[in-house]
Amino acid sequence: MSTLSERILGASAGEYVDRKVNRAYVHDGTGVLTLESWKSMGGDRLADASHLYVLFDHITPANNSTTATLQHELREFARSSFLQFSDIGNGICHQLMSEGIVLPGEVVVGADSHSCTMGAFGAFATGVGATDMAAIWMTGETWFRVPATIGVHLNGTLGGAAEAKDLALTYVGKLGMDGGTYQALEFIGESAAVLGMDERLVLCNLAVETGAKTGMFYADSVTVKYLAGRGHDVYPQVPECCDYSRELYLDLADVVPVVAVPPRVDTIKMVRDLAGLPLDQVFVGTCTNGRYSDLARFARVVRGRKVAVRTLIVPASRAVLAEAIRTGVLADLVEAGCTIGSPGCGPCLGAHMGVIGEGEICLSTANRNFKNRMGVGGEIYLASVATAAASALSGEITEPEVP
Amino acid sequence: MQGSGTAICLGTDVDTDMIIAGRYLRTKDRGIWAEHVFEDLDSGLAGRMRGAVIVAGKNFGCGSSREQAAVALKEAGVIAVVAPSFGRIFFRNGINVGLPLVECHLPCEAGDAVRFDLANGWVESGGKRYPVRPLSPRMQEILRAGGLVRYWKGHR
Repeated sequence: MSTLSERILGASAGEYVDRKVNRAYVHDGTGVLTLESWKSMGGDRLADASHLYVLFDHITPANNSTTATLQHELREFARSSFLQFSDIGNGICHQLMSEGIVLPGEVVVGADSHSCTMGAFGAFATGVGATDMAAIWMTGETWFRVPATIGVHLNGTLGGAAEAKDLALTYVGKLGMDGGTYQALEFIGESAAVLGMDERLVLCNLAVETGAKTGMFYADSVTVKYLAGRGHDVYPQVPECCDYSRELYLDLADVVPVVAVPPRVDTIKMVRDLAGLPLDQVFVGTCTNGRYSDLARFARVVRGRKVAVRTLIVPASRAVLAEAIRTGVLADLVEAGCTIGSPGCGPCLGAHMGVIGEGEICLSTANRNFKNRMGVGGEIYLASVATAAASALSGEITEPEVP
Repeated sequence: MQGSGTAICLGTDVDTDMIIAGRYLRTKDRGIWAEHVFEDLDSGLAGRMRGAVIVAGKNFGCGSSREQAAVALKEAGVIAVVAPSFGRIFFRNGINVGLPLVECHLPCEAGDAVRFDLANGWVESGGKRYPVRPLSPRMQEILRAGGLVRYWKGHR
């Protein structure tokens, strides 16, 4: 009996395999170095460009002319070589790949650690570095060591003000920053089936914060319906009983609003234990929590009121932004005093557009709170959208109200 | 795939943001990465990298996929990194840029001589020899070639 990784890669845990990659993507951050390595390898051989994506999201729009020049070179290459190209303002690579591109059973590789997010579709999806990606540009293939799998059993129902992000931070806290190293996580159990696509994306997104190679859900009726709405006719994957290297049982009813305390993603505390901590900035966005449902949930809380601290909202994609405009969510956010950024990664990686200053504290819906990540001397507390909304209104870490 | 150097001891879970900060990624200049390596961990470290073997705790190189982290170490003159476990993307990146990574729980005394032989699977320090988790045959080939770029040049 096989895990989902074993089934997709066609070999048993521990074996090394060479596999054709169905989709391979880079962003402006890793693409520049990928292009360098590809040129150094000879630069005369390119795999089927219809499977290769270049998606600008990290420093978009460019912050200075050095960045602009690097982006110009990559943009020209992507266009002239007919790679699938997405320019600034279209959104985060993982979000774009999740909007009807990645399909169940595919092997997907991204030159970004959060490529594991795509496992939400029942794909085998993982991150690689630039030179590995350059070899994939050449050959359309790469090697994998088939991972052992940790079974994460989800039972019960999320209650109170807890949301998928709280569940994600909770499992990261339990596994620790290296609890999943070299392994895959499979989210299974009766509650896995009732989680929506957005929630699955959140859970898979944080898999790499445990060191895991990927986080995966089996494609089921939720996946089929989501992809049908985006023009794809796919089949569910039927789980088999399989050998897990470890099993983690989580009762969703026990999950409460939590924060990850800097500088570690696995230092998890209850929001109520940190209530009152003054904030300098609230940031809502990223490949973890920048989707339309996140913006809408935030807007429901702040509608008709004013935020008490500077609040930056960065939609994960143009489609998210467009829907927020269509439904009035964007107007609610702007009228509540939020600042809206161009779709992309925003200040998550500390490159530009909302970085924090020395001694400042940011509450963020992102996935990393490493030392200095969003700005030298600043601190990042990671939390859910509900916690971000309650905290934006008060200007300090605040327990969200039950919706 | 043999080498030796002087031990520099680091802790556990050293992430790639610590190895090279995001603010230095907007360039192709490898010298800049070497100059700012470990800046947010200990700003004095960058000057002590040449000839060093970094002996770290578990999960070295966790976090971001930035290959610049492995390049920064290589460019700064690091001979090898020894750790009980590595972030898996960093592990591939290290081998791909020709930086030997030695998977072993090695007790660390700063300044000690560290010797390793990846082909034969051992690392030595403080007069004791420890076994190393072997690299896959493919990774050994890539490392022997001096990295993935040269490996592919040899396979054309």
